[in-house]
Order: sequence, then structure tokens, then C-alpha cells
Amino acid sequence: MHEFTFKPFDEMTDEDYAALGFKAGLEIHQQLLTEKKLFCHCPAGKYSPEYHSEILRHMRPTLSELGEYDRTALMEFKTKKDIIYRINRESVCTYELDDSPPFLINEQALDIAIEIGLLTNSTIVDEIHIARKQYLDGSIPAGFQRTAIVSVGGFVPYKDRKINLIQMSLEEDSCREFSDVGHKRIYLTDRLGMPLLETVTEPVLRTPNEVAEVNDILRRLVRSTGKVRTGIGSGRQDLNVSIDGGTRIEIKGVPRIPELPLLSYNEAMRQWNLLKLRDELKRRGIDQESFQAKTDDVTKFLKNTQYQPIYNAISEGKLVYCVTLRNFKNILSWKTQTDTFFSKEISDRVRVIACLTTLPNIIHSDYPGETISSSEGKTLRKAIGATDDDTIVLVWGNELDAKTGAQEIIIRAKEATIGVPAETRQALSDGTNGFERILPGPQRMYPDTDLPPKQVSEERLERISAALPKQIWLREKEYRELKIPEYYALTIAYSQFANVFEKVVKELNIKPTFAATVILDYPKRLKKKGFDVSKIKEEHFFNILKAFSEEKIVRDAIIIALEKAIKGEDYEDFFLSKKVDEIKIDEIKKIIEKVKETTEIKNKDKKKEIYLSKIMRSLRGTVEFSQVKQALEQIEL
Amino acid sequence: MASNEAYKGYKGEALETLKQFKAMIWCDVEITTDQHKFLGIILPRSETADQYHIVIKLITGYNVGIATKKIKNIKVFGRKEICYKIPKNEFPSDPSKPKVKLFGTGGTIASRLDYRTGAVIPAFSPGDLYGSVPELADICDLETEELYGVFSENMGLEQWKGTAEAIGKEIRKGTKGIVVGHGTDTMHHTAAILSFMVQNSPVPIVMVGSQRSSDRPSSDAALNLIHAVKVAAESDIAEVTVCMFGHTSDDYGLLHRGTRVRKMHSSYRSTFRTIGDVPLAMVDREKITPLRQDYRKRRDDKNVTINTAFEEKVSILYYYPDMKPDLVYSLIDNGYKGIVIAGAGLGHVNKPLFPAIKKAIDSNIAVYMTVQTLWGYVQMYVYDTGRDIMELGVISAANMLPEVALMKLSWALGQTSDLEKVKEIMLSPVVDEITEREPSNGYLVFQGGIPEVDDFIANFRK
Repeated sequence: MHEFTFKPFDEMTDEDYAALGFKAGLEIHQQLLTEKKLFCHCPAGKYSPEYHSEILRHMRPTLSELGEYDRTALMEFKTKKDIIYRINRESVCTYELDDSPPFLINEQALDIAIEIGLLTNSTIVDEIHIARKQYLDGSIPAGFQRTAIVSVGGFVPYKDRKINLIQMSLEEDSCREFSDVGHKRIYLTDRLGMPLLETVTEPVLRTPNEVAEVNDILRRLVRSTGKVRTGIGSGRQDLNVSIDGGTRIEIKGVPRIPELPLLSYNEAMRQWNLLKLRDELKRRGIDQESFQAKTDDVTKFLKNTQYQPIYNAISEGKLVYCVTLRNFKNILSWKTQTDTFFSKEISDRVRVIACLTTLPNIIHSDYPGETISSSEGKTLRKAIGATDDDTIVLVWGNELDAKTGAQEIIIRAKEATIGVPAETRQALSDGTNGFERILPGPQRMYPDTDLPPKQVSEERLERISAALPKQIWLREKEYRELKIPEYYALTIAYSQFANVFEKVVKELNIKPTFAATVILDYPKRLKKKGFDVSKIKEEHFFNILKAFSEEKIVRDAIIIALEKAIKGEDYEDFFLSKKVDEIKIDEIKKIIEKVKETTEIKNKDKKKEIYLSKIMRSLRGTVEFSQVKQALEQIEL
Repeated sequence: MASNEAYKGYKGEALETLKQFKAMIWCDVEITTDQHKFLGIILPRSETADQYHIVIKLITGYNVGIATKKIKNIKVFGRKEICYKIPKNEFPSDPSKPKVKLFGTGGTIASRLDYRTGAVIPAFSPGDLYGSVPELADICDLETEELYGVFSENMGLEQWKGTAEAIGKEIRKGTKGIVVGHGTDTMHHTAAILSFMVQNSPVPIVMVGSQRSSDRPSSDAALNLIHAVKVAAESDIAEVTVCMFGHTSDDYGLLHRGTRVRKMHSSYRSTFRTIGDVPLAMVDREKITPLRQDYRKRRDDKNVTINTAFEEKVSILYYYPDMKPDLVYSLIDNGYKGIVIAGAGLGHVNKPLFPAIKKAIDSNIAVYMTVQTLWGYVQMYVYDTGRDIMELGVISAANMLPEVALMKLSWALGQTSDLEKVKEIMLSPVVDEITEREPSNGYLVFQGGIPEVDDFIANFRK
């Protein structure tokens, strides 16, 4: 391997990543904003930890082509987990529990997926085939996820190049893990079955920052439709990272884009360090063939140990196994990620596969801290015939788990001789990652025989194309040309109200900056006052600004009209004509008198406008603007 | 290879396109359309799908259909035919374990996936089963025989007779337990007729199937099979039974008497329920827990009575309000020998049917009354209508389930055409198809929403 020194995260340059051969790709998962779930008629987006019942399932691997279990399948089965699902009867029906066949695919979700496919310049497939993708971790009660490719190809522009997409698929969301202790994993089912769009990019991202930036573009693009869910957990990404000589590693379920760069950096570092570790083993003459390890039951030697976890285990009748890794001295304290060592790779496997979830679940002789006493260590080494050049690793638990644990220690240690084993890893909050499961292949897909193929008609494509919002990168460019402040240009481009922005600017001749203020800032003001601004629709902005352009409403009344629209009141009534009777004229006169008393108007030119605004506000728009104007004409100001 | 196999499911335009580019199913191809290049394997197409698309499995594992009219070119790289055979795997034979025979009639209890193509291939031989449910080898010394390969809705007299005879042969050979794999839709019909055709068995005869297909990791198939094989090998319940999930969780199975069981949900795992009584036993991986003691016990002998006589001209009439008598006349005109009425309430039909029913009885047709409520007894004394119906000569089948009555009447009419003797057979229960009493816990259809029921569900997995 070539020489390379890892610098701290902040100091790494693009050239450094190029030297590593860093490559990354993204799988972005975005929940779509539909009323119902993807394959049943349960309401979508009803989250609650409350549950009314539980069911228990076990996931059994099915035979693969060679009559053998596939790797992931086998691993999951080794863990023999009781999978418990918590069921809230309001949000889950017999479909999600796999006690009923699916209903037909949610057409609304399909429309949104096609729209996003078109926005990314993708080819929408002519006939959609729903597939079953096996998951043995229990995250879906059926043991498979229904998923279908909606589009292939496509790209998003990034800097001076195109980031190509491999495909987009529409799939049902999985359960949320609640806990995973020992042989029992508990899932919440409230998210299960929600429509989820997965966008897969080619592995063409060259630095951790590019990963975040491209993800951000894709996130903004889907949000610009206004048809996706926002908020915690509604968008998640899987990150694929590899370096030269390494392996494509998938890091699952990254909730926030800002976490991506550090995760990418740490994974690149982990792969680099594992490759160096492999070279060190090679230097010691250890490879796949010459690797040596053995397991001994050492329970009897540790009955009186002061090391609490092992003492407790033995007093509960559990066993302690000792794995001897020949000539491995110091390898387990080899650094892999920031503040993380090779022993963690082993401990993770033992935790996941042997279900020994209470940490520490292993101790080893490469660890400098206090565990068992040195005399106990000596006794052990003597009894099992381990030399000082060997690393010894202890694992404890009931017979079956401890045995599985010892096997896994050997399997993972042996894998160090090949470098970076193919795995699915999970993102940890400190920016490092941990083992989740063996990487499954594309093989685990097969057709869903419960549902017929679905043709995407030309009429459908035409209908969606006709209403397609402009792509955000085109909008950005155009809005900059309108000479509005940069912040407004970008924000409105990513907003779901970009269409109405363009319409009011073009059709109503509203000044672009003012239109952007109304569309972006007014809802913020109303939100502060506690209004549910998600109720504002395109037509509200258009109708109100149209009234404004026709002088049926003053500037100050725009926000009042929006407020009425949110409340579901007839906001158009606000600026439509109503006969102003004498009393109203009197009222107007009184208000003007009052205004005269309290307000000193310096700018004589604006006098009329100021009066109008005050009157409109105090009358809350119950009179027609033109009538008020008329009334004002009759009054000596 | 026959050309229809090479183009399986393709017709019209799609077939023409494949031929034009010399492509067949299982070919590794690159398909170029005016928009995209697709790399993958051409898959067979469903017979019922249209003729305008070609299905390809992409290298990512997903399938998509490509419109033929957009296809500019198909480049063929090679072809590897899918092999529908499972590699031979020996079931570890252990003569010290009880010998169990598994008969297959159709439906897949176990299967494997061909990941290259996504095909689901049934596994049935002992070796196949050992590969997918290795636990079976801990329970018994298994032998399998595939009697039929039909969906359960296509089961009929031929299959029932054949299965009964095969069971008889096996018992006489000294097999310690029989398991019959069966599709679930009509499993309760087969369980009923086998209860009559195979009597006095010295060993358990257990019917089993799966509600959720065996290709899914959460399938009930493997656990049902383990439970059924355990009952066949170890239990002392020498009756025809159905062994299926007790609730939707992977927890325990219920063993139902063949004459009192019914499929009650179109897809739920715990679809089979004992009606009007309690099940025979609960079964899990560790133990068999009898819920009652009045079952026929296992014996050491090899004696069994096989009686497959059967009259096919028997029908079931599911009564509905304002039913017209022409239905009954049609049965008479078509030479039917027996009619089971699934009557309303306690066993009622409307007056306009009376003359037709009278004519049926006068034409020497055996007419029996059951209840479409499934739970409860026929009781025709309570109302005038009932008394009138009895007057016509309709015989009450008490609490025999309608489908069981259909099976039993067919079997009874197979024995004799003397309707008095048929009546004697019908009203003498072989194995609880009529029970003397309905225990108070024999009718429990819980209703969600009731606080105490919801409490129960919250505290015990259902």
C-alpha cells in the first residue's frame, strides 16, 4: 500500500481523498406525503409510541439457489431473535402484520414518485413490477419489503458535472427499532408501510463534503414538490463508501445530512486502517491459510476472579470461553476509527450475532486497562498453551451464546487477513460506525406474486408532466436573473410555492422581491403567532396578490387575508364588494378623526395610503376597498 | 426446447420483438430503448399479462417491464436456463425415531428461491424439507410421497379416495404417524371426509398447510409443519386432525378435530378454528398440551377401516331471503340424491320453497338441515316454520357444520340408497360431527373495542 497519513477531519483536503481513492454513493429515502399507506388503507403519518397489543415472529431464512442459506440469512438465523411488534390499532391493520394480502398500490404515491422521477431527468419504467426484498432482521413483519422500480437513470447537476442516478424505487417503510436486548428485539410499527421513495446515485461522490452537498440538492429537489413529508425521520439516507483496495460498505439510516461528512471520513479511515492491519498480519506471516485460532472453556480457572462481569456470569452458571488468536499480539488495539479499535469490530459481531448485548461482552489481552488479574492471565495462558505473542479473548454467556460468540471472534479475526469484510454498518452518534449485519446481495429480490404488473400509461405521464414544477437548478438561475436578493432567489427556488411566485410575477406584475417577501416571510410571521401555515395553498397567495394588484386590498391587508385563509374563513369576502351604508361612512369618518388625533403624518404624499391602511385594519376588511376610497374622497382630510 | 417454453408467456407484439432480436427467456441481454439501456435477464411473462411489454430482471435484482414499441435493439450475451431442481440433500434417517409419512396433495409447505430469476420453487422431498426445516430430523424418521399436485379448490372425490387409501396402506405398514400437506382453502372439507373414510386409525393423521406462502421468512409453513410432524410422531391422539397456528404469533399451534374445524379468515394465520367446541390440544416446539381427554388414543396394532364409498350428487343450498324454488327443482331435475340446507337462524327457509322441498323428498332425495350461523344447533321446534319444514321430511343435522354435513351425506349415500339407513348413519356421530352439548366456552368470538377484550389482547399476544 502507498503511504498516507490520516489528518484530522477538518484538515483533510480533496487531494487527500483523491489519494485514498475515496468513492461514495447515496441511497436517499424520502417519505411521500400521502393520506394513506402504500399497500393498505391505513392512515399515513400517524406516529405514536402507544400500542394496544404485541405479536411475536421469528424470521426463517429461505433456501437460496445453491440449496444453501445466503450469508445474511444464515447470520440472522444464528441470532435466533424473538421479534416483537407493538401494534397500535389506529395505524396498523392486518396487512402490515402480513395477515392479509396487499391492496393495490397507492396511486397518489405513484404519482408523486413519477413526478420526482421526471424532475431528475429519469426514464419512467413502462410497466412497474412489484418485488419482494427479503429482510431477516425483522424490520418488516412479512420478512420482505414490497418495492418497485419507478424510474431508471437520470441525473442532478452538481457544480460543473452531472451526478447520475441508478434508479428510484417506491417501497414501503419499515418498523422503528425500540430495543434489542439479548434474544429479544422490539419494533414499533407506526412507520411501517408508509410510502418511501428511494433514490440511488452512482458511486461518483469524491469527498465527504460532496456527499452532503449532493444529498442536500436531492433533498431540496423532492421538497420543492411540496409532496413529501418533512420532519424527523421522514428523510433518511444510506451511505456507501469505499477506498482503493477496500470494499463497498453501506452505512444505514443516517437521519441528518450534516452527519454524512464525518461518517464518510471515519469509514474511509476505518477501511484504510483495516488494510494496514491486513498488511501487518501479512508481515507476521498470517493469511487465510496460516491463520490459527482455538477455543477453550476456561470457566474453572476464573471462579474466583475479581473482574465483576465474569464473576457474575459464573455465579449465574454461565460459561467463559477463551479464544486464542495465534501471533495476534496488539492487533486488537489497532486503531480503526477515531477513538475506536479493532476489538470493537469483534465485540460488535459478538453483540449482534451471539446476542451478547450487555457490554463489555469480550475482554482481551491487548487491552491495557484492568480486567482479570495478571496472575489469572498467566494461569490461563499456561493452561491453554498460549504464548505471549498470542492474543487471548474471553467471552461469557450461556453455553450456546458463548460458543457462538467464540466462533464469531474467530470469524472476524480471520477476516482481518482479507482486509475489509463486506458488511452493512450503522451510523453512530459520534460519527463512527458499528457493525449491523453482513451485506446482503441483490439476490434477495423476487417477484411479488400478490400484485399484477402496473402499466404507466402515456396519459398519466402527460398529466404529471403538464403540472411538473420547474427543476430547482433552473429556478435558481432564473430567479437570480430577476435581481432579487440571493437568499430569496435560493429559498423561493426550493420552495413548493415557486410556481405561484413565477405566476404572480409574470401574470400580475408583482415586484419579484415583494412577491418573495409575501410568500416566504409572511407565513413565518403567522407561524410565530401560532397559525398552522401548512394550510396555506398556492391559490391563496395567487388570489390575495391578485386582489392586491387590482387595488382591492392594501398591502397591510395581505397578511390579514392570509390569516383568514388559514382559519378556513372566506378570505375573498374580505376584499369583495359590500354596500357601504351611511353608518359605515360614519364609522370611517370617526376612525379618520381618531387617526387625525393620534397620528402625525409627515409624508403628505403617503397620507391617503396611511389612512386607508388604518381604516382597512380596523374594519378588518368588511368594506370594499374602492368604497372606502370613495368615502375618503368625500371627507376633507 | 419447445418454442413456447423459450418464450413462456409472451405473445403478440412482445413475442415478435423477442424473435426479431433472437432473444428468449433466461437470456442475458442489453435492451436499448429510445430513452435508456437496460442490462439484465429476460424473464417469463405471466400468461394473463398484456402483449406489449418484455420483463427483464435488472442487475440490481429488480424487475421492470419494457414497452416493446420503444425497443430499438436487444443484444444477447448468453443464456443460462434456470434449473428447477434442488440439489440432493439426504434426510438423516434415524430408525430409533418414530416413522412418519408425509403425503403431499398440493400447495407448498416449503420452497426455495431461485435468486437469479426470482422463481419460487417448491421443496417437498425429505431432502428438500430437511434443507428448509432441519428441525424435522430431530422429531422423526420422515418419508414423503407426493400424491397429487393440485390447489385445494381442485380437490375432489378422486383425491379424497386416493388419499384415504394411501393412508390405509401406510398404517398397515406400521407407520407411526401420518401428515397430509394440503392447501388451506378446502382443508376442512378434506379433514371431514377423511374422518369418515378412515376410521378407527391406530395413529394420528394430521392435516397441515400454510396461510402465508413459504417463500417469506415470516411464513407459518415451517412451524406448522414442525407442529404437525410432532403430533404425528409423538402424540397419542389417533384421529384425523388439522394442525395450524393458534394465533398470528409464532407461538403455538392448535390441533382441531377434523369434523369440527373450519377456515374462518381468508388470509389470517390463525384462520382455522374449532366451531362449537374446544380444540383437542395446543402444540408448540416443546410439548403437546391436550385441552380435553375424550379423544381416540393411539394403539399398537395396524388395523384401520378404509371406506371410500361416496355419492357425488349431493349439494349444499345456502339459504338467503326470497330464495326461489327453481334452485331446488333444478337439483331434483339434475338427479341429485342429497341436499344439505344451510338454513337461516335455527334452521329455516321461506314458505315458497316448501312445495319444492316436498317434491325433493318425494323424489327420494335426502334433505338435511344445518345452520349458516355455524355455531349452535338446528332447532326446528321453536317456530312454526321449523315445524312445517320438519313436517316436509327435512331432517335436522343438529350442530353438524354445513360442509361436514355435505361430506357426510355424500359418504352416507355412498353406503346405501335406503334413506332410513342413511339417516341412521347421519345421526350417529363418527367423531363428534354432532356433539351432545355445546360447552359454554365453545362459542367465543371476541369483539374488539370492548374494554375487557382489549385488555385481554393487550396482555396476551393474540
